[in-house]
Amino acid sequence: MAAISREEVAHLARLSRLAVTEEELDRFAGQLDVILQSVARVGEVAAEDIPPTSHSVPLTNVYREDVPTPSLTQDAALSGAPDAYEGRFRVPRILDEEE
Amino acid sequence: MSDLTRLSAAALSELITTKEVSAVEVATAHLDRISAVDERVHAFLHVDREGALDAARRVDAGEITGPLAGVPIAVKDVVTTKGVPTTAASKILEGWKPPYDATIVERLKAAGMPILGKTNMDEFAMGSSTEYSAYGPTNNPWDLGRIPGGSGGGSAAALAAYEAPLAIGTDTGGSIRQPGAVTGTVGAKPTYGGTSRYGLIAFSSSLDTPGPCARTVEDTALLHAVIAGHDPRDSTSIAQPVPDVVAAARLGLQGDLTGVKLGLVKEFAGDGSEPGVQAAFRESLDALVKLGAEIVEVSCPHFQYALPAYYLIAPSECSSNLARFDGVRYGLRSGDDGSRSLEEVMSLTRDEGFGPEVKRRIILGTYALSSGYYDAYYGQAQKVRTLITRDFQAAFEKVDVLVSPTTPFVAFPFGSRTSDPYQMYLADLFTIPTNLYGGPAISVPCGLSEGLPVGFQIMAPTMADDRMYRVAGALESAVGTFTPPAL
Repeated sequence: MAAISREEVAHLARLSRLAVTEEELDRFAGQLDVILQSVARVGEVAAEDIPPTSHSVPLTNVYREDVPTPSLTQDAALSGAPDAYEGRFRVPRILDEEE
Repeated sequence: MSDLTRLSAAALSELITTKEVSAVEVATAHLDRISAVDERVHAFLHVDREGALDAARRVDAGEITGPLAGVPIAVKDVVTTKGVPTTAASKILEGWKPPYDATIVERLKAAGMPILGKTNMDEFAMGSSTEYSAYGPTNNPWDLGRIPGGSGGGSAAALAAYEAPLAIGTDTGGSIRQPGAVTGTVGAKPTYGGTSRYGLIAFSSSLDTPGPCARTVEDTALLHAVIAGHDPRDSTSIAQPVPDVVAAARLGLQGDLTGVKLGLVKEFAGDGSEPGVQAAFRESLDALVKLGAEIVEVSCPHFQYALPAYYLIAPSECSSNLARFDGVRYGLRSGDDGSRSLEEVMSLTRDEGFGPEVKRRIILGTYALSSGYYDAYYGQAQKVRTLITRDFQAAFEKVDVLVSPTTPFVAFPFGSRTSDPYQMYLADLFTIPTNLYGGPAISVPCGLSEGLPVGFQIMAPTMADDRMYRVAGALESAVGTFTPPAL
């Protein structure tokens, strides 16, 4: 049985903001199924009482002195933007016209 | 003067310090070598001739001195360099010039090291062959029809082709060590937190570790010492003194390992390594025993789950990290013809800008983090990570370091593992456990199999980077270094 269907991959691609083509969907669905069946082996490990590790360095609440330092200028921050307008990032419309 | 490009960084430094050659001559020799061979090797995505020569001139003018002042270096294209194109080998960042330097780049500049250019890699450091670079693969100088490893294949190939004496890599699951192994060069992954991630284009933030690449163990340690150390701009950076890796490498090179215990992981035996890889590894073990080392078999029962755990954790983190490529702040924007919404433009941009392996991992990570699947996949993988860490800690109660082949197979021909992504993942079978644990590990060339280099991996406890350099130096003293056929 497949671990993941073509429809699920299409849904995940939408969530990931990837406008994948039909051809990509065909290819990825099969490949992701093989990968998922392999990585699902983590489920064989009895680990109910084991705490998770998110990070190998056991550090929490790292503070630094609250000293202002120079940061990027507005021009530098915008220098790589595909589109900028009056010192800001310019984006396509975010609302549909009927909204 | 003999060919400057054949010399070690340590030897070049000596010549520059004593003013027998100028830093400009050294930089020029390497830039000329790049011009002569890189069309065939394709180690570089961008060469910064003027920037490198400017830095060399400052050293010659006496403005900067230090152990590696004037020794040129190549930097993996996932590390930001101010004003110099940085793409992570992705179309989505084509032409991007970062407005700031990574901390490790700042340290290279402060050390007076001319940056020759940016090296090729698998897109966003995802891959083991550089075949996933959006700009075409790098060719292995040992055999131009074979992969140079990945993701840092460009940095490793630049060393093997004598285009640079030193290079920077990043290692998330083996991207410094596996390219080192298949190109006959040395590559070290420092302790996680030992080198700053500030200015690395993030792939998997809990695993990404920048580190040094070179042709000798001593050179690797010299570079390690330049880039390592606490950085307040990386909150996961460790605020402790850097172990003296240079002294440890030099001690090892004296060839005495009396009293040092090398752990052989029982679960790595019968793992599908090629016979030639196994043979070179075994011969190297014998050589280390002759230097006084003791071999102890240890059990790490959860290592067999490292690869599956990694391929849940790394894609999960990548799916989140790569959300920043939205066609707004930098890089590509596609399909913005005035009729489409932000979301449509974002989706078109990401589909056009990302290559297949990056998309697979984003989708896989999005799946593993989905409600309903989180506990079974990402959550379970994090628990397995704890068990792998405990395996390492238990092993280091008994032995000083763990050893293994770096990768199960020598450089493979192009195209032989791209159709089945999981076959590609197996290249990292032996390197991944260390990343999940966070300790340091190094790959050192140890022999040839059918004319192609084999790597020997040494893994040490966290913040005991010096320990692996000592064993690495001893191994190099016993087996020597390996030179590819002339290009």
